[in-house]
Amino acid sequence: MLLTGLGAAFFYLFAFVAIASAVMVISARNPVHSVLYLILTFFNAAALFILTGAEFLGMILLVVYIGAVAVLFLFVVMMLDVDFASMKRGALDYAPIGAMVGIVLASELLIVLGAQFIGVGQPGSVASPTPDPLVRTNTAALGDIIYTDYVFFFQIAGLVLLVAMIGAIVLTLRPTRPGVKRQNMGQQVARKVEDSIEIVEVETGKGL
Amino acid sequence: MFEDYIFPGLIILLQSVVLLVALLIFTAFILYADRKVWAAVMSRRGPNVVGPFGLLQSFADLLKFVIKEPIIPSGSNKGIFLLAPLISSALALAGWAVIPVSEGWAIASINVGILFVFAVSSLEVYGVIMAGWASNSKYPFLGALRSAAQMVSYEVSIGFVIVTVLLCVGSLNMTDIVLSQKDGLGTHLGLTNSLLDWHWLGLFPMFVIFFISALAETNRPPFDLVEAESELVAGHMIEYSSTPYLLFMLGEYIAILLMCALTVILFLGGWLPPIDVAPLNWIPGVFWFIFKICMVFFMFAMVKTIVPRYRYDQLMRLGWKVFLPISLFMVVATASFLKFTGLA
Repeated sequence: MLLTGLGAAFFYLFAFVAIASAVMVISARNPVHSVLYLILTFFNAAALFILTGAEFLGMILLVVYIGAVAVLFLFVVMMLDVDFASMKRGALDYAPIGAMVGIVLASELLIVLGAQFIGVGQPGSVASPTPDPLVRTNTAALGDIIYTDYVFFFQIAGLVLLVAMIGAIVLTLRPTRPGVKRQNMGQQVARKVEDSIEIVEVETGKGL
Repeated sequence: MFEDYIFPGLIILLQSVVLLVALLIFTAFILYADRKVWAAVMSRRGPNVVGPFGLLQSFADLLKFVIKEPIIPSGSNKGIFLLAPLISSALALAGWAVIPVSEGWAIASINVGILFVFAVSSLEVYGVIMAGWASNSKYPFLGALRSAAQMVSYEVSIGFVIVTVLLCVGSLNMTDIVLSQKDGLGTHLGLTNSLLDWHWLGLFPMFVIFFISALAETNRPPFDLVEAESELVAGHMIEYSSTPYLLFMLGEYIAILLMCALTVILFLGGWLPPIDVAPLNWIPGVFWFIFKICMVFFMFAMVKTIVPRYRYDQLMRLGWKVFLPISLFMVVATASFLKFTGLA
């Protein structure tokens, strides 16, 4: 989709802020500021998605990445007392590796984008062409292909995430030590007034 | 240039300002109503000095907060310290952009309206975390962690509740969600376009879960572990005073109203009249919408007065071990029901 006029102006605004805050992510001194800039980058990326008509992806980016993943990032960075200044001292030594990763990513991105124009052996673009946004909304169009053509990939992705989640839970499991008192919710809920209170008639001057 | 950009832009700006002003005034009276209900249950009078029946109490409080001195702790991270209350109130207000007050009365009637509100309410956690961290003190920090974990936990069940409603509606647009409630269970019973058609009846368990999750998501009692003033001080807001504190309070109440509005739209038929008969359907939809919001808020206020505060582990258990399985099961059950009865 080609953006013109106001759309183009907003595109440049969001793109500029996204790139500027991405630069700040790696150059900010304070790691918490880095994460906050990362969130700003995500936010602008979501805005770019919405601007190009992919409103569902934009919103999911907001909910999943900013609403959940970045919160955990922020938690971890805030809780860890890491001296990032000393870690950054030798950071320039890793510049060649970083550049290599960047080049690989950029070229892969170019190949993916290029394939769209060449269109050879592109099952996705041939089997399910992008529907007109006025006829079929973005969300429905995504559902159309995810739950039909790509249902197994979708299921496998879900399964991988499930396994990862179970793995994370297992990692935090500790063997129960003897002698530790824990609260038993069932017992607490099942407790009644009769179990805990006894009403006794006490005669005056006698005591119990 | 003028026809295409400036004129529509001005109209949107004007609409936003009107909504903003109306919302802020409404919030002022909702705050007053909250205190009055609370007082009435406790056999107190509540605010009754400023204005007739104390109606102007909220405005007096506003003035008091604004003319106080804002104190910024010297060890705090000043920028983020001041940004946090702005974020929490601005985000709460942003959610209102897609809320349809009556048919066609939405500033932005977007395709993914409900997702937008969900996204905005999930971003509200940042105001809390940033405030807690920027204060550079242990109490706000622990308070922020506590309430952030709470808000993130209850978003999950809210998400699933929204999914069940969306399964029944088939659209993410807020207006479509309301209009789909014209026809439902009540129509099958012979009472077309009535309150029996609304989703609260067909999806009653989800209605209850949504209501309780909304309480937890907005840090309302009985889940107000953020600022349990008797035992935990004021959570992430300890170091705040004056206008920044006012912004937090404002954001909190507008978020509560947003959740009330969401309850009304998802379950209580939005602006639709309770029964589609002559005197009731003459009343404009916006009245019904506000009336229903007030009713839901009244329930919020009554819960605050009646239910004792939850312990933190009970809160987490309720979110993850009770609501999550039930809502997950209900998503599957609703989807299967719609599939096999062919209603979807």
